[in-house]
Amino acid sequence: MLEPTDAILRMSRISKSFPGVAALEDVDFTLRRGEIHALMGENGAGKSTLIKVLTGVEHPEHGTIELDGRVVQVRSPQHSQALGISTVYQEINLCTNISVAENILLGNEPQRFGTIDWRRLNALAARALKRLDIDIDVARPLGNYSLAIQQMVAIVRALEIASAKILILDEPTSSLDANETSLLFDVMRKLRATGIAIVFVTHFLDQVYQVSDRITVLRNGRLVGTYETGALPRVELIAKMLGRSLADLETVSKARAQHELPAAEAPTLKAAGLGHKGTLEPIDLELRPGEVIGLAGLLGSGRSELARLLFGVDTPDAGTLTVDGRPVTRFSPNESLRHGVALCPEDRKVEGIVKDLTIRENIILALQARQGWARYLPEARQYEIAEAYVKLLGIVTPSVDQLVGNLSGGNQQKVILARWLATSPRILILDEPTRGIDVGAKAEIQKLVLDLAEEGKSIVFISSELEEVLRISQRVIVMRDQRKAAEYGKDVTAQTIIHTMAGHQ
Amino acid sequence: MTQRTKLFLLNHGPLLTTVAIFLLAYVIGGQLYPAMQKPQVFFNLFINNGSLLIVSIGMTFVILTGGIDLSVASVIALTTVASAVLLQNGLPPLVVMPLMLLMGIAFGAVLGGFIHFLKVQPFVVTLMGSFFARGMAYIISLTSVTIKDGFYNDLALTPIYIPFVPNAYVYSYALVGPVLFLVTIYLAFFTRFGRTVYAIGNNEQSARLMGLPVGRTKISVYAFSGFCSALAGIVWSIALLSGYGRYAPSMELDAIASVVMGGTMLTGGVGNPVGTLFGVLINGTIVSLLQFNGTLSSWWTRIGVGALTLVFIGIQSLFYVRRKTSG
Repeated sequence: MLEPTDAILRMSRISKSFPGVAALEDVDFTLRRGEIHALMGENGAGKSTLIKVLTGVEHPEHGTIELDGRVVQVRSPQHSQALGISTVYQEINLCTNISVAENILLGNEPQRFGTIDWRRLNALAARALKRLDIDIDVARPLGNYSLAIQQMVAIVRALEIASAKILILDEPTSSLDANETSLLFDVMRKLRATGIAIVFVTHFLDQVYQVSDRITVLRNGRLVGTYETGALPRVELIAKMLGRSLADLETVSKARAQHELPAAEAPTLKAAGLGHKGTLEPIDLELRPGEVIGLAGLLGSGRSELARLLFGVDTPDAGTLTVDGRPVTRFSPNESLRHGVALCPEDRKVEGIVKDLTIRENIILALQARQGWARYLPEARQYEIAEAYVKLLGIVTPSVDQLVGNLSGGNQQKVILARWLATSPRILILDEPTRGIDVGAKAEIQKLVLDLAEEGKSIVFISSELEEVLRISQRVIVMRDQRKAAEYGKDVTAQTIIHTMAGHQ
Repeated sequence: MTQRTKLFLLNHGPLLTTVAIFLLAYVIGGQLYPAMQKPQVFFNLFINNGSLLIVSIGMTFVILTGGIDLSVASVIALTTVASAVLLQNGLPPLVVMPLMLLMGIAFGAVLGGFIHFLKVQPFVVTLMGSFFARGMAYIISLTSVTIKDGFYNDLALTPIYIPFVPNAYVYSYALVGPVLFLVTIYLAFFTRFGRTVYAIGNNEQSARLMGLPVGRTKISVYAFSGFCSALAGIVWSIALLSGYGRYAPSMELDAIASVVMGGTMLTGGVGNPVGTLFGVLINGTIVSLLQFNGTLSSWWTRIGVGALTLVFIGIQSLFYVRRKTSG
């Protein structure tokens, strides 16, 4: 058990809900002085809400926060800084146009008669960086340095300005390369040695095992548990994040699509060495008519990046993509639609749904875009299409003139699906189509995907729920560290996939 | 090239280009029209462009925060009319001038308040401010009002000879701009206010998260621009010894062009008053060139400034892209 003096932060039974969702339920979180504590969980697990509660961005409905043995209410981000809790975000919140020294000390800079004392400013900043063994010219603009250095400057600012006791690093490594990451880890270890407690949020398993002392896993807003890193095998960690014990995963029903594929048929979509520097290592992929390929992998493994390349949102800088034997030369979503490729993006709130438009308008969007704006679809035709899909997909709504913002998550998802189906694509890429919707709706969407495949459409199905991937895919591609880790046929077991995700073949 | 010089060139490229173009234009002018070689022609740049320099300096700070101030020309007009009428009614000049400056500061602060607290686009707020100020100028007087005040007359007509340069002079009001310029150099590089302006222009969200006084600084910047506009208005009324609502037509656009030619990016965060000084000088030099030529329409000034501004925006983007990739 923890000694009481060991804990610098003790969050007990924290609950927070947003309209319709319980983001956190009775979560306990304890942080010791001088430890690196990894906070793990898939999207929607409650990591960011927990951090927002700690930094005063959100206020919990229940629960207490004890800092250094005293109960505190964190009122605002400024207040949390004053309490000694500093956060360094993935997007570095510094200004690239002013010097490194200013970025560290601005707002606190040494002055003489209202004039900035540049020499002392630079000396102080250089000394602060030196403490972490970073030796750079602090008078140069921050933008001249790499992201890794910028990240460390952000950390130094947090330590200098706020004299932080707790440092939260939110996905600090996602834009760093291997060298930069190890540089950051050195800094983290040095800080740990001085007694600073570090909360390390990341989705890179390797890094967690490299640097953290303990791991707390959250899932669906609940605490799964806190573990010593050394005592938690990697496979166990993944199972805990995904919410299935290994035994459970073994017994997943194999109710997958049973129809056999004509093996000889030519692929409709073929990627050869398709890659994008920094986000996706070159990858090969073949998709046949009537086939469902499942893309499994943890968050950040390169799943969505692949989807974006296939749909032409991003332009690959390596490899080729052929649709129906014709190589794609211009990468744009519009072009892809013309070729019969459609993408249902991951974050429906940000990238998919237009809340202030009606169901009909949302469904018509993509179709109209493909038609070109000059050829306006007659309104009667729009209603016809919209109503057909509402019926087909079982969207629960009084009328197609309802604003999409008023629908439940599952129904919103169906509206997006309808939008792409209306363009009658032959290749459909679904990125997390069942996230955050209830079990019934999930099953319906899965069934729908299988029906579409039966009609001869090719589908790329991305999901972090293994069961789902196993149930409906004929082939499963496992992604890890922004590359294809393995490809399996339909007889693969969950155990194998988890081991591949964990990095041992 | 060593890494250091390369970085210096990359960081100061747009400014160096501005200076080079000014020198080039001036030297070419001197070759074409020998009369232009006289030192007085150079000092005339400050006499003729005193107001433009002042509002451009205020505009520089606004643009550095990523904003824009379209009200400056109208505030000049309003200031000339208001001070002319007040002087006509017997108010002493030493009361009128501070009063005008206060009006400018208050006017700018109100615009800044709208921009910051109500989150309205600077473009819209200052455009409305421009309508308001220009309208007020005409409400005060529909016709031109002459200034007969003795003090103003003295300021307007007493030449100050430049030491070491024979026969070269400026009028007192032409010194306001250069003095203000020195003050703003200090403001921009040696005060927390100045550095905060740069930080906001780079990324307002970051500046806020860094705990910098974003709201106060933004409002101050517009108040400062208002102050500069009123100051430019006073200079204008001294130079022409009159006030009129029609004065300084669309000078806000000349000011913006000068700032941009000086290497300040409209997106904020990059640039400085030194560049603006040269931007204004380039503007003035083009006018001088046309005057010496004598046969060309004065509208060529606009065309020249427009073309140069476009060229500069192109150069800036180029440098910006380079810096991004080489950083």
